[in-house]
Amino acid sequence: MKVSLKWLSDYVDIKIDPQKLAEKLTMAGMEVKGLQTVGNTWNNVVIGQVAAVNSHPDADKLNLATVNLGPQQITVVCGAPNISVGQKVPFAYVGARLIDGHTGKATLLKATKIRGILSEGMVCSEKELGISENHESILVLSPEAPMGMPLADYLGDIVFDLDITPNRPDCLSIIGIAREIAALSDEPIHLPEIRYEEMEKPIDSLISVDIIEPDLCLRYCASLITGIKVASSPAWLQQRLRSYGMRPINNVVDVSNYVMLEHGQPLHAFDYHKLEGKQIVVRRAKSGETIITLDGLERTLTQDTLVIADEENPVAIAGLMGGLNTEVDVTTTAILLESANFNRSIIRRGANHLNLQSEASIRFDKGLNPDLPLVALKRATQLLLELAGGKAARGIIDAYPGKTAPSAILLSTKEIKRLSGLEVTVDETLRILRALGFECQETGLLPPQISVLVPYWRSDMKCTADLVEEVIRIIGYDKIPVTRLSASLPPQKSTPERSFKRKLRNTLVGWGFQEILTYSLTSMEKLQRLSLKLEPEVAPLQIANPMTKGQEYLRTSLRAGLLTTLANNQKHEETGIRLFEIGKIFLPQYSSVIAVGQTRGSGEGKVKQSTQDKEGLPQEKEMLCAALSGSRRELSWHDNKELFDFFDAKGVAERLLEQLGLTSTFEPSDDEGLFPGRSADVIIGGDKVGVVGKLHSKVAQDFELSGPVCLIEVDVEKLMNKASGAKRYQPIPRFPSITRDIALVINEQVTFQQAEDIILSFPLVEKATLFDLYTGEQIPEGKKSFAIRIIYQSPKRTLTEREVDKIQQQMLAGLHRELGATLRG
Amino acid sequence: MLKQLEELQLEALNELGQVSELKELESWRVRCLGKRSKLTQVLRSLASLPLEERKKVGALANATKVSLESSLAEKKKFLEEDHLASFLGRERLDITLPGQPIPAGRLHPVTQTLEEICSIFTSMGFQVAEGPDVEWDYYNFEALNIPPQHPARDMFATLWIDYEETTEQARLLRTHTSPMQIRVMEKERPPIRMIVPGRVYRYEATDATHESMFYQVEGLAIDTNITLADLKGILFEFCHCLFGEERKVRFRCDYFPFVEPGAEIAIECLSCHGAGCRLCSYSGWLEILGAGMVHPDVLRRVEIDPEVYSGFAFGMGVERIPMLRYGIDDIRLFYGNDLRFLKQF
Ligand SMILES: [Zn+2]
Repeated sequence: MKVSLKWLSDYVDIKIDPQKLAEKLTMAGMEVKGLQTVGNTWNNVVIGQVAAVNSHPDADKLNLATVNLGPQQITVVCGAPNISVGQKVPFAYVGARLIDGHTGKATLLKATKIRGILSEGMVCSEKELGISENHESILVLSPEAPMGMPLADYLGDIVFDLDITPNRPDCLSIIGIAREIAALSDEPIHLPEIRYEEMEKPIDSLISVDIIEPDLCLRYCASLITGIKVASSPAWLQQRLRSYGMRPINNVVDVSNYVMLEHGQPLHAFDYHKLEGKQIVVRRAKSGETIITLDGLERTLTQDTLVIADEENPVAIAGLMGGLNTEVDVTTTAILLESANFNRSIIRRGANHLNLQSEASIRFDKGLNPDLPLVALKRATQLLLELAGGKAARGIIDAYPGKTAPSAILLSTKEIKRLSGLEVTVDETLRILRALGFECQETGLLPPQISVLVPYWRSDMKCTADLVEEVIRIIGYDKIPVTRLSASLPPQKSTPERSFKRKLRNTLVGWGFQEILTYSLTSMEKLQRLSLKLEPEVAPLQIANPMTKGQEYLRTSLRAGLLTTLANNQKHEETGIRLFEIGKIFLPQYSSVIAVGQTRGSGEGKVKQSTQDKEGLPQEKEMLCAALSGSRRELSWHDNKELFDFFDAKGVAERLLEQLGLTSTFEPSDDEGLFPGRSADVIIGGDKVGVVGKLHSKVAQDFELSGPVCLIEVDVEKLMNKASGAKRYQPIPRFPSITRDIALVINEQVTFQQAEDIILSFPLVEKATLFDLYTGEQIPEGKKSFAIRIIYQSPKRTLTEREVDKIQQQMLAGLHRELGATLRG
Repeated sequence: MLKQLEELQLEALNELGQVSELKELESWRVRCLGKRSKLTQVLRSLASLPLEERKKVGALANATKVSLESSLAEKKKFLEEDHLASFLGRERLDITLPGQPIPAGRLHPVTQTLEEICSIFTSMGFQVAEGPDVEWDYYNFEALNIPPQHPARDMFATLWIDYEETTEQARLLRTHTSPMQIRVMEKERPPIRMIVPGRVYRYEATDATHESMFYQVEGLAIDTNITLADLKGILFEFCHCLFGEERKVRFRCDYFPFVEPGAEIAIECLSCHGAGCRLCSYSGWLEILGAGMVHPDVLRRVEIDPEVYSGFAFGMGVERIPMLRYGIDDIRLFYGNDLRFLKQF
């Protein structure tokens, strides 16, 4: 909301510095986003009067204007078509700083020869003065403008750009802001005095109003003026509309806009003679009914639209836009002026549906008070009579089905203290509330209580807490003390899930993984690319109004975001990349009971349930997904330029589980996104908790990845539940162990797991570690060699070489019998 | 005999002087002090000498032996040091060669900031809770005093799963972390002190300062005798922890439908220190948090008596903090996950 300081000064004396005032308003909840000084660059610009206009001898479109500046007259070249003798105009001397009409840049005005005529000065357009973008015509000032006066003294102003919060529709008006300033600076407010003459003829003999939908139209006021003359508004009125950023149109439209800006109440004028049957009906539109609105568009309406109709047809969409059929134009001689209160929901829906956001709809949408229309209507009627002439019919139409009695809110200084921590006296409270226009009465009860009646323009005031805010914001939030929370500390509970996630994160970071965070929303295309099947495993939840195609579905896997990130980074990273994300995936689920707004306890009626099967909130599952790509080591002179492979991924999973104290097995996986034969399910206690493997080359290709990529994916919650068991300490062995290395030659199909299982089944075997895997020379075709280090250990005694030899012989026999393994010669 | 001994000693020392390597030293020892050396022969022949002479020659021979032995030890020490020095000379490394690279991982800057925020509040006795990203209209709006068609809905451009904003059973992506205020208060009774970090979503075209997804941290404290002054205290302390003790903090009136009185916390601009610049839109201040006293209607809805209990709530955007701190000028960098960006934190 843009407000001119000069305009504000009509209603309140502003004695403090505008910068200070801006700070005060901001602190009190009315944020000043900008403070623009109009005219601070207008040096050498004064008010002149056009004394003569002659055509330029050498140019058709140019004139020579002689401007009287008081002490002297200057003749300059002027191209504006609207210049005429007698006008008061802004005149810039050579040396003035103006905006160049063509380039938009600030430039110093120089004497120039235009088509042979020397021009020392210029008659200015709005654009040249930096007031608006209008460069077609010169700015014409009010006839009362004093000749010779510096323009800055006459038109200079300060414009505040205020951010009005949605609870304060009253401050979408100059008077509303003036009230705030009055209360903040403890100055009285002067409202315009409203008085005008009326004709003999009563208004209800000329028009009737019928509200069919009293819930949607709480009040409808109208006045009627005959014999008016539609013309341009006076310069002062035009100037005020411009200060807000509005274009002047004609006196009738300008007055209704002016009063809307002044009071916050939108108004609408109908050409009275164009109203069929001389009646106004406020009703819902009939389905399929059409209206051509003032913007020339034909609009088809639904029953969800509120219209103002005459006997036959809609003449306006209530609160949004008038109809062309009753438009006020230069031929209009009588108008019906409407000032009404409409239900904000229907206006909001209509504005969205018809795409008709306007200054009026913004105000209705925020919820205006039904007491406002009458005040605003009288003010507009008075101004119209002054500026457009004519006579007002006697009285005012006032259909007010929604009238309610004002109710009082009780406030005590104790309550102010309880909520704000600020000690305020009763006198101070009374002073502030009265300054804001509240009617206050002390109840005489103890502790002291004030009964507060809310003024009509403050429909946001509903409860005591609202009043507390009013009092403390006028005093200033900077006066609120700073205290330390002394309330009792709630019992502190552990948050295992959070700690667990932190542990996972820190572990992976310690191993050189970079954490990433990717969008929860993705595209169907990406989800499909993750699997060789065309359909994703789980149908993802769809956004009804996605912003982009790329963000239309809630992710059902972390892989898409991870692989996209990997592909993007592969383009510039030279060496190995380790990435991971811990985040939620969203799995749709149905629930037979949706407990919405279920409150604690058994307050009946509070629990809203639906017994039908209905889609509920999705399951939000925390997952961990990590990827490895490129070389195992950073590019370095040391060694090892090998690429990450399956066993790096498996190693990460193994070590992670080991750190959590979990024992796992790995079984061949049928994961559709991974390479068959190079992927494994991670199993703990018979339950799959994740998967590791090499990314399927088709998937890698679809994500434009280069080189092999290995993945680790784990269900965080499952892992946490498995890892929650308490750890037990194992005593450190007191007796020495015996180590034996064996090299087995074995069929290629035999897995290491098979050999390991047999070795570990023998007594006293503590650990078996594979330290070499060899095929090639010296090993027959179809065979491989495992080199295994076996550690024998007893918790009770020192082992002898003899007994270990004996066990090992049995072990080798067993390996031979079961797997056909022989010792390598 | 005596003269022979002196010559012998002189000769041996002379030879020793010419030894330049450790391994030659052993052959010198064998030659001059060994079993077949002249000195040993002299010592062996002592027995055949008359007593008087035996005493004289014996004393000198022994002295010669001791002297040569100590010369040997000295020479050995000298040669060993010399050897080590030359060995080290040969083994010198180019210590300017790069070290063995250790893989270095990092937490995402948003995670780092979240951890920092959470640790400040947990130290003040706040518990951390998380809530669902997909919410009911009821929790996201209705229960927070934002019924359908309420003008405050304009403050939250919403991504819907069920497109009707006319029912509280519509699902949506939460537009703020505030729904967890309701979920927490439905379950817990005062005293409550809770913070909620999490992702929130907006129907918004992205640019350098707008994202369709970002993180917030919500805070809530409910008990008897909690005031706006306590809120001011907590949040000033928080801002000082994050931005330094010297940083000026502003506490002003603002509006959010679910608090009353409402407030906003801003810090003095990190870039211009209050003078006004592009970063702070020439206001000198940077908004950090929205806050206020929990609205009595919200408390009533979760069956907490607003006449007995009071409390405050606050919420803040997370990305803004590293953006301000590190001078990051584009919010999209966070979820673009370019390693050249992420590795800087
Ligand atoms: Zn700044």
